[in-house]
Amino acid sequence: MNFDRIKEKLSILADAAKYDVSCSSSGSKRKNTGKGLGDSSGMGICHSYTQDGRCVSLLKILLTNHCIFDCAYCVTRKSNDIKRAAFKVQEVVDLTISFYRRNYIEGLFLSSGIFKSPDHTMERLIRVAKKLREEENFNGYIHLKSIPGASDELMREAGLYADRLSVNIEIPTKSGLKLLAPDKKHEDFMKPMEKVKNEIIQYKQESKLIKSTPKYAPAGQSTQMIVGATGETDRDIMYSSAFFYKAYNMKRVYYSGYVPISTDPRLPALGSGVPMLRENRLYQTDWLMRFYGFDIRELLNNDFPSLDMDIDPKLSWALRNRHLFPVDINRAEKQLILRVPGIGLKSTHKILQARKFRKLNWDHLKKIGIAINRAKYFLTCDSREKELKDISSASLKQIILKNSQSKFRNDLSPQLSLFT
Amino acid sequence: MSEVVLKYDGSFEGFLTCIFISYEEKLKVAEIVPAGLDQKQLFSETREVNTDVLKASRVLKGIQKKVSRNGFIRIKWAFLSEAPGIEMKLYDMLQYIFSKKEKVDKDYTHPSILYITNVAKQVGREKHRMEAFVRFRLTKDDIYFAVIEPDFNVLPIITKHFRSRYADQKWLIYDLRRKFGVHYDLQKTEYVSIELPEDIGISGANSEYFEQGEIYFQKLWKEYFDSTNIKSRVNMRLHVKHVPKRYWKYLSEKSPFA
Repeated sequence: MNFDRIKEKLSILADAAKYDVSCSSSGSKRKNTGKGLGDSSGMGICHSYTQDGRCVSLLKILLTNHCIFDCAYCVTRKSNDIKRAAFKVQEVVDLTISFYRRNYIEGLFLSSGIFKSPDHTMERLIRVAKKLREEENFNGYIHLKSIPGASDELMREAGLYADRLSVNIEIPTKSGLKLLAPDKKHEDFMKPMEKVKNEIIQYKQESKLIKSTPKYAPAGQSTQMIVGATGETDRDIMYSSAFFYKAYNMKRVYYSGYVPISTDPRLPALGSGVPMLRENRLYQTDWLMRFYGFDIRELLNNDFPSLDMDIDPKLSWALRNRHLFPVDINRAEKQLILRVPGIGLKSTHKILQARKFRKLNWDHLKKIGIAINRAKYFLTCDSREKELKDISSASLKQIILKNSQSKFRNDLSPQLSLFT
Repeated sequence: MSEVVLKYDGSFEGFLTCIFISYEEKLKVAEIVPAGLDQKQLFSETREVNTDVLKASRVLKGIQKKVSRNGFIRIKWAFLSEAPGIEMKLYDMLQYIFSKKEKVDKDYTHPSILYITNVAKQVGREKHRMEAFVRFRLTKDDIYFAVIEPDFNVLPIITKHFRSRYADQKWLIYDLRRKFGVHYDLQKTEYVSIELPEDIGISGANSEYFEQGEIYFQKLWKEYFDSTNIKSRVNMRLHVKHVPKRYWKYLSEKSPFA
């Protein structure tokens, strides 16, 4: 191995891959069999965190950053004047194995610029995964990018070696895509997604009958949307997201605040801030939709197309739906408790268990760990009621904001200071 | 009857033996302390308890019958925290559990149960961190070697993870603080106690001990770590929250030499 050359390639091709935010390494069921290397049957592990606070779980690189496309939002676009490099298949295999053996990573996340043709690129990605599985007996996690426009045959093969497959839709609306990536067609993204979805369904059916059916993408598929590059509203983004979860059984949809990388007039200028707060609110909404039993139309709709930035989406929803509160913590069913601001999944679980033994009061709830400062206005328990319920939603919001500290207070302060 | 302080050898079996005799002899227990930790309790006698595997396993079975599977894991993990006074909290929890007909290990309104649950959560977090932060270095005799210094005694509960993951390579993880390690020789894992040379270091690759290419992989890893950072999103507060500073010296990507 020529370390200096590898190091240079690594620096170029990791740098180019970092805008893909997916880092998940969980959800697979690949066990180590026959004393091979690696096991991805447990929960995901973040082996380190970059200074931007993002998890480092997989060796996330591009096979090459040569690309025939010219998508405005992408650093790797053809017209961008940057250093280009390409890994050989064996180099990626060796690097993955050496990192994995040292417990640096959970596995490989391999993406690529599109060189020659989508199929040509996809075929090369598959070759890396196949080598890892068959020659190295590697059972770690492999996430492969589905290249838009790749053929069904190749997508079928990819899923036999990969734990997860993903196509990044990047731009949530068709019109946005036309504006920023005129060479790409919406259908090119959907086709591999559709194929993977069908293969997963087929695998699930067949494996019920025949245990030895080879695994197909056991950790499912995911996608990513860029936030803040074009004019989409939060409603546009989350409705697309809900569509992908439903129509393609997505395991995850990721939201990536657009990091300005181009002087293209169609995009936010270099040096403008990354919309991290908005990104965070979108993730919170995503969680409410997936784990808290909310329908996306409750959280975002024609009357309410953009999320509040100063409060979380659950609190925001609760303030718009005061008639449903207060919830009696000792009697209400799980679905209702989950909807109380300041009570999360784990606290809900603890409340449901603990109230079997005795009626819960403020003290119990505080010790269980709910965020009393928000929750207290929306629930009753086995103590005297603490707070007045006849305050208007607008003043209640002010009271809650005054008594809580947001980790985003720096981002928010310019907006808030308008009102003080 | 006067109160008694029970002194045991620090092992989980030893602790369970204390529970056994406290019930058998209907003792009023003032304190349960590991040997070496001197406790001066006025007005109470101190008694040395010899670990008895049979008695311990009877208590263990008793506990298993009275708690959920996760409740049982929480008890074991909380014990590994080595937190001062954890024994009495566990004792208090067990008394409550044994006094009730139904399973009460999820009664989070009970102070000791909530406390044990929270300590077990901390231990679980440390276990997970160690599974993430162990950094193996390949030695000249072909052993993947790592040192750790966990806040809690988690080596016994991370062994399984590493055994199923690295079944085809020899490895050794050593806890510097508690002075013992786990060694896997391709067949089995066992606890070992060794004298480590000082200059073996906690990262880097002293060529006296480590394989020639080792340092390059640490450099490649550091290169990767730096390249994957997005500078316009830097958030050191979040970074330090995820990777507390006390762990940095063990992480080659965070140490300055590479």
